[in-house]
Amino acid sequence: MSLLVWGFFTGIIFGFLLEKGQVLRYDRQLGALRLKDLAIVKFMLSTVLVAMVGIYLLHDLGLVELRLKPTMLGANIVGALIFGAGWGLLGYCPGTAVGALGEGRWDSLFGIVGMLCGAAIYAEVYPALKTNVLAWGEFGKITLPGLLGINHWIVIIFLIMVIIPLFFWFERKSL
Amino acid sequence: MNNVLKQKSWSVYVAGGLAGILLCLSVLITGKYVGASTTFVRSAGLIEKIFARERVAKMDYFVKTKVKIDWQWMFVAGIFFGSLLASKLSGDYRFTALPPMWERRFGPDRLKRWIAAFVGGMVAMFGARMTGGCPSGHGLAGSSQLAVSGYVSLICFFIAGMIMARFLYGGGESR
Repeated sequence: MSLLVWGFFTGIIFGFLLEKGQVLRYDRQLGALRLKDLAIVKFMLSTVLVAMVGIYLLHDLGLVELRLKPTMLGANIVGALIFGAGWGLLGYCPGTAVGALGEGRWDSLFGIVGMLCGAAIYAEVYPALKTNVLAWGEFGKITLPGLLGINHWIVIIFLIMVIIPLFFWFERKSL
Repeated sequence: MNNVLKQKSWSVYVAGGLAGILLCLSVLITGKYVGASTTFVRSAGLIEKIFARERVAKMDYFVKTKVKIDWQWMFVAGIFFGSLLASKLSGDYRFTALPPMWERRFGPDRLKRWIAAFVGGMVAMFGARMTGGCPSGHGLAGSSQLAVSGYVSLICFFIAGMIMARFLYGGGESR
């Protein structure tokens, strides 16, 4: 029971932060996809920047476990490309569609209903996909440092050194 | 403090960074990583169960994802309330039918937007389930754990999204 309460509480704070970052907007999402306004990219990269340091620190201290999604190149590439096409049309991703509705942007409601239908359709065709697309290029639960055979902090420092200058560049170009 | 919570917006870097801290705390306290798209599968299953309980109980994908209200379901519900709370506090809440960018490009026809949002949502969720996550699960939680699947998906989300945005808006300078 308390797990459900934690979920709700975590969601409220996350939704609050998404709203304050003004990223729950079609214009912001399409702005990023049209390379005109990178607010959502800034939000995501800021989150990843902080979370990757925090999670690996906690992991090294033995306080948390990683929960990696398996890498299946066929499913990842084909699925993510299909997602991207739908995302460009809807202008909200699953989490932000729900958040946008909270802000009163009710065109997202049609997207949410569409997403429920998409999930239902996927459940119908899943048995057929399981043996082909989903089985292509399976690598299991791999990480970048695992793949490269180097310490995770080298990868984290490298990403920090890429992301921070990128932020300065975004600001200079007022993106 | 009260004034900060009522501000219309926060720096997107601050909001994103705080979301990163939230993600770490969530993993530390409950072991749960953020995500949103599985919730749509569970919700679709819950709705279908009303009409065909036995059929849902036998479908592979619903058996695999377990049709129930769980941590993530409450997290997604929380996003709605968090966004509602933030926008009500700042007075930013607006009942908005059409995104401004969409209206400038496609005009005031609401039906056109509803169809696009519905179809986009359907396609996006189908793809998200195929790759096993959305910009929250793969983009934030996956990338923060340095998962290969997270980075592959995130890159493909943006590639296809940018192609769709270009198809809809062309490469012009209009904002």
